[in-house]
Amino acid sequence: MIGNEPKAFSVLDLVDLDLKEQNALSLKCIAGRAGLGRPITVPDLNRPGLALAGFYESFAWNRLQVFGRGECAYLVKLDAEGSHQSVETLFSYQIPCCIFTNSLLPSESFLAAAEAAGCAILTTSLNSSEFSGRVIRVLSDIFAPKTTVHGVLVEVFGIGILLVGDSGVGKSETALELIERGHRLVADDVVEIRCVNGSILMGQGANKVIGHHMEIRGLGIINITHLFGVGAIRDKKQIQLVCQLEDWNPDKVYDRIGMDELTTDILDVKVPKLEIPVKPGRNIPIIVETAAMNERLKKMGYHSAKEFNQNIMRWLESENARALYFSRDDY
Amino acid sequence: MVELETTIKNRAGIHARPSAMIAQTAVKFSSRIFLEKAGNRINAKSIMGIITLAASFGSKIKIIAEGVDEQAAATAIKSLFDAGFNEELG
Repeated sequence: MIGNEPKAFSVLDLVDLDLKEQNALSLKCIAGRAGLGRPITVPDLNRPGLALAGFYESFAWNRLQVFGRGECAYLVKLDAEGSHQSVETLFSYQIPCCIFTNSLLPSESFLAAAEAAGCAILTTSLNSSEFSGRVIRVLSDIFAPKTTVHGVLVEVFGIGILLVGDSGVGKSETALELIERGHRLVADDVVEIRCVNGSILMGQGANKVIGHHMEIRGLGIINITHLFGVGAIRDKKQIQLVCQLEDWNPDKVYDRIGMDELTTDILDVKVPKLEIPVKPGRNIPIIVETAAMNERLKKMGYHSAKEFNQNIMRWLESENARALYFSRDDY
Repeated sequence: MVELETTIKNRAGIHARPSAMIAQTAVKFSSRIFLEKAGNRINAKSIMGIITLAASFGSKIKIIAEGVDEQAAATAIKSLFDAGFNEELG
């Protein structure tokens, strides 16, 4: 295998995932450890009822196989009848793993067959529907299209803002001032973005070890969690606005009204974008803060620039009417 | 000093977009540029100032420029008015 290919997501990775409360899968491996290295290639699962009954046409063997109460009861019946044919056929496929819900345990003969085929058997204490919901969510996250960008992701007044721009333009310094003003850091320097559900961009740090550290010219590496407290950080956040910082270019026309909305494409999702020129004396953090509040107003249906212009138009129209009235000869 | 007379030719008058066009053109020149309507004089480099003129369709506007590039500045601003700010003409 060539080294620079993305590493396949294996069954072991699934068992190892560090998920919190409502996402926890609580998986344990009870047999077939040799199969933990098998890759999971599709973010989907299959209930193998039909397969156990002997119907193997269109069998989705490449999915996780989930055994609930029904499948288990059927396995017990097969065992009692001494019929092992369909279980053997099941393990003749390179299935990623079998998962038993409700803490159910398969029979000794099933475990032995799994061991012989080198296929991992996992159990979970969750019931089948809850487990299916969680595992689909987790897998679609893992299989979601992703990309990494150079920038800083901060949460300002609840809006996820990705600060981008050339090195040295002041992204980290802007983020530092925002944190100082009570906002939160999600990731500095390298932001990993996943497209969830085809329309939501989730950003997080690319690496847990880099975590919530920042590099500030003249200071070196600082630990935001220790310096500003745990309230100053956040693990992941949806990206709702992109602020592009750039050195003030006197030849470029910057938006002065805010009626034309720029967007940028990240993983084929359109995100509102602002181009913010940087020059000495401009307080960028306060501009970013105001942009966040303005974005919230827009989401609530109030567009400052458009509303302003409508009022102007109405006013001009009434001035026009007055002028016409006073210019008449016969009043 | 250069003074040019013009009238508002677009139906909607000077709202936010035309106002921004004037200000963005004006800041390219180093001359001091003013717009005057009915005795009110405002700085043509300020968007908010231009809007407060309430220059509706048919209003007469005087463009005043003072400085090294005054002729070019006044002409450039006047051409915006003459083109009706690329909007619907009245």
